[in-house]
Amino acid sequence: MRHFVLVMGVGVALLLSACGSTVRLDNAPVEDRSVSAGGTVGQQAGGNSATVSSVGNGAVAQVDLTPRTADAVAQGPARVIYFDYDSYAIRAEYQSVLDSNARYLMADASRKVRLEGHTDFRGGREYNLSLGQKRAETVQRALTLLGVRDNQIEAISFGKEKPAVDGESEEAMAKNRRVEISYQ
Amino acid sequence: MKRLIALLVIVLVHGMSVAQFRVEVTGVGLTQVPVAITAFKGEDAARQKISAVVLADLERSGQFRGVDTAGFLYDEATAPDFSIWRQKNADALLSGSVSRLADGRFDVRIHLWDTVRGQDLGAFGNLVVAADLRLAAHHIADFVYEKLTGDKGIFSTRIAYVTKRGQNFNLWVADADGENPQSALNSAEPIISPAWSPTGGQLAYVSFEARKPTIYVHEVASGKRKLVANFKGSNSAPAWSPDARFLAVTLSRDGGSQLFLLDLTAPGSEPRRLTQSNSIDTEPIFSADGKYIYFVSDRGGSPQIYRVAPSGGNPERVTYTGTYNISPALSPDGRWLAYISRVNGAFKLFVMDLQSGVANPVTDTSSDEKPSFSPNSRLLIYATQEQGKEALMTTTLDGKIKARLSGQSGDIREPNWGPFQK
Repeated sequence: MRHFVLVMGVGVALLLSACGSTVRLDNAPVEDRSVSAGGTVGQQAGGNSATVSSVGNGAVAQVDLTPRTADAVAQGPARVIYFDYDSYAIRAEYQSVLDSNARYLMADASRKVRLEGHTDFRGGREYNLSLGQKRAETVQRALTLLGVRDNQIEAISFGKEKPAVDGESEEAMAKNRRVEISYQ
Repeated sequence: MKRLIALLVIVLVHGMSVAQFRVEVTGVGLTQVPVAITAFKGEDAARQKISAVVLADLERSGQFRGVDTAGFLYDEATAPDFSIWRQKNADALLSGSVSRLADGRFDVRIHLWDTVRGQDLGAFGNLVVAADLRLAAHHIADFVYEKLTGDKGIFSTRIAYVTKRGQNFNLWVADADGENPQSALNSAEPIISPAWSPTGGQLAYVSFEARKPTIYVHEVASGKRKLVANFKGSNSAPAWSPDARFLAVTLSRDGGSQLFLLDLTAPGSEPRRLTQSNSIDTEPIFSADGKYIYFVSDRGGSPQIYRVAPSGGNPERVTYTGTYNISPALSPDGRWLAYISRVNGAFKLFVMDLQSGVANPVTDTSSDEKPSFSPNSRLLIYATQEQGKEALMTTTLDGKIKARLSGQSGDIREPNWGPFQK
């Protein structure tokens, strides 16, 4: 029980600190907006060897996905595992985090979890996405080794797109190299 | 009430986002054609100073420099005294006029002369609405560029890029000089890796709107979007085949980041796996002739650029120097490979001559990202940081002439240069 309270506590703290990271956006309306394009006409210029072209301003219709309301919902225990620079190894100190989450998942096969890999800001966006994926899959393997079913887990990556802490200090970077265990 | 505030915020953000870019050209090239562009008769009455836009376009290409024309006001009908312009060392002279018609449209006309030979290089006329005056100027710059260099100009093409303002992400479509930005997508979650379709009507990109990376194909004019890759795990790094039939993508659905081909003509069909490795394989890009897919892999221990045939087979390593080479871009003419290399902790844009394999850094900055070639293979656009702020730059392939596309507040990144407009 104490364990569970601790887990929930961390969950709430994360919710507060992550500033909207637990807001579900997949239900946000996809809005199609028609656009009124400026009409253009190409015209023969008077006089000599005129080259004529029609100038068309390519219309762009905007799609707006920003949520109209933000409903923050706390969902199950949330946890974070931090990684060393350029590393995918889970440090021994996180064994208890793996154990508690594995127990929570095995207690109810209908529970689903997303393992979200993150990196610090250094390097390319796509390559970092793949590095974050590698971290998430390392945690995935550790959980399945503890007995969690594969179909309860999805390993994904945000690369460097969602830092937990802004800034380029060593301290900030250490907080950003992480896998967030996010219950769905 | 909360809903109303949210709406207001959105309106405010949109209002601010139409801020203008400013082009600052730096660097000197040795072989720039001196061109005189006089003020156009009547252009002060228009919202855009057309002659200035044309000159900025030409200077940004690195192949031209403006000759002082202060005090001269010619229109397209003026027969110029070539000796004046030869004295000013101008090789070419552009003059023109802008007149407002009763219905509010503008009649834009130009005339281009070879001042050395005293030759008429042609005239050009366009009738445009006020909103298209800049585009008319870009078409004039294309005309001048093609007449004087023999190559097609890229000034009327479009670029895409992403901005981040607070927790708000926007995918923009803008003119090649960064002006006239129009928002194609607004999201509270990140957007990365926009890639223009070969005909320029669609953008493929990675959106995190479902709290995981998935790939969309987005028709820019209508805003119609199709979710084309939403497999278990991460879906990223879309790249179009030259015939627009396939998207090469990175999927983690089988574990690890691996390359796959999606057939866009068969929605819902099984993606074809292209690479089989225990390493990271990502950032695919097709060569213009469709014969190769270049990509990044750390199969050799550090990320390097490789290439493989779209039909599969053994990948061949392309980069050998350095321990971190990512984000390949190929020039449409097949001659150049641009990529980002980490050198002493700095991320720098390199350009490699594919024939000789010789590569050189072309920037003085240290956080370069995501190069993309102009459709005439003469310029690169890339993201970087200047004074701790994100910026988009263009550069000539030798690095001599750079222009900063600035003016958007907040962070700006992920540029992608669109194809020639039909």
